[in-house]
Amino acid sequence: MSRHKLRSERLALAGFGSVLALFLFMPLVSLVIATRPRSFVVALGQPFVWGVLELSLLTTLASLAIVVVFGTPLAWTLARRGGAAARAVETLVELPIVIPPAVAGVALLLAFGRRGLFAGILYPEGSSLAFSVLSVVMAQVFVSAPFYLQAAISAFRRVDERLIVVSRSFGAGPLRVFRRIAVPLAAPALVGGAAMSFARSLGEFGATLMFAGNLRGVTQTLPLAVYTALESDLGVAQALSVLLMVVALALLLVARAALGRTGERRGGRE
Amino acid sequence: MFRAVVLLLALTGCRRPPDVDPAKETEVVVFAATSLGDVFARMSEAFRRTRPGVTVRFNFAGTQQLRTQLEHGAAADVFASADMIHMQALRRSGTVGSSVVFARNEPVLVVSLDRASAIAGLQDLPSALRVVIGVPEVPIGRYTLDILDRASMKYGEDFRARVEAKVVSRELNVRQVLSRVTLGEADAGIVYRTDATSAEGKVAIKTIPPELNAIASYPIATIVKAKHPALANAWMAFVLSGDGQGILKLAGFHPGSGAAAP
Repeated sequence: MSRHKLRSERLALAGFGSVLALFLFMPLVSLVIATRPRSFVVALGQPFVWGVLELSLLTTLASLAIVVVFGTPLAWTLARRGGAAARAVETLVELPIVIPPAVAGVALLLAFGRRGLFAGILYPEGSSLAFSVLSVVMAQVFVSAPFYLQAAISAFRRVDERLIVVSRSFGAGPLRVFRRIAVPLAAPALVGGAAMSFARSLGEFGATLMFAGNLRGVTQTLPLAVYTALESDLGVAQALSVLLMVVALALLLVARAALGRTGERRGGRE
Repeated sequence: MFRAVVLLLALTGCRRPPDVDPAKETEVVVFAATSLGDVFARMSEAFRRTRPGVTVRFNFAGTQQLRTQLEHGAAADVFASADMIHMQALRRSGTVGSSVVFARNEPVLVVSLDRASAIAGLQDLPSALRVVIGVPEVPIGRYTLDILDRASMKYGEDFRARVEAKVVSRELNVRQVLSRVTLGEADAGIVYRTDATSAEGKVAIKTIPPELNAIASYPIATIVKAKHPALANAWMAFVLSGDGQGILKLAGFHPGSGAAAP
């Protein structure tokens, strides 16, 4: 094949593929271009916007803390056990990634709502968690935990078995192995997974709307504010969207850097 | 390159003249307020009986959401709103033609069954633990605020504030308000009577005193750039016809003024 033909074929492939890239860029670029800096500042100057930001930040940080504190030991346990039960649990805890958020909202209501399956145990006085800040966090944990678990399980599986055997032979207990060997070795992937999980929490919309409701100052997070503002003040909706996009981009970069580093290290060892 | 762009603009710019032969139109796209969902579905059955082969496509959502979609160029033929404000805004922007009020609807208080004895009427609303209302942009939400303002003149100046202190969620359409109460997540909410009767047996319905109530008016109009203008007019005429009005009455709507909206 001539060099000219090679080149033109390569260009054809790239050109064909770039149609998709272009489609993905267009809305993102439009969002930024359509939002003038001045209207961005004006929109963010509205007093309620800061309340929304604060609520989003507090709930997502709380969700992240819960996901990391409970998710890390869970991921380690699932990674160390290869049995059918562990595999089944692994599949189930990753299910929220693929189920529609609206389904998650209905499921949360049916479990934890006032007439939910666990209402009798949870709320003997008849009130319920729905519509509280706590319900926002519950929705976020439900949809975001799998992203962290997925990254953590695969990172823990890559921890060198010999290191564990050696430290065990020196008398280290399972807790010590987990804290001193597994977590430090998997740390970059854990950070990457945490960033992805945080981003998912920040963007949580459907389950929050259905389970936590939409009340400014209590349960109205950034995505809900964008949705509500779309019908009253497009400028605010745009400004909040740009803000969310920038934060999401930052989180993606963190996740890529962290996950990329573990990938390289593994690549180097093999 | 420049010539290509001009050509492209010219091509996209020249629209096909609207098809005015009703025989050639096979579908009509109707954007309608959430509260019209059941009754319009019933109406479309009757409408299609006289026009075999015609499809009526619906988009039901909060009126304010439909308005946003129409302002962004959504392809619709008819718009039926649950209040005058959103219709007038679309009229001003030249999106819709002149409108006619075809129905009215009465907001009522719906109460979760286990709280029905404690909340006997509007005056008891501040004693509810959780109240759900619409966002101020959705018609039912605005009517609710009007009602609370009027009630404040009768039940005490701070009545609206006392109720708003119990509001746990502001929903984007009337059916979401209703579902919060039917699910028992909220003790009470304000919805249209027609929505309340659709959940009869699952919620208690309390009438709001007429002097405090804000009756909803439903105007209907065709979209100026409708792709199916003939069927759009036919749908609007059917809604206003004796048959259409009969179906609306059966569903619990009050007759509209029939007059053109201002």
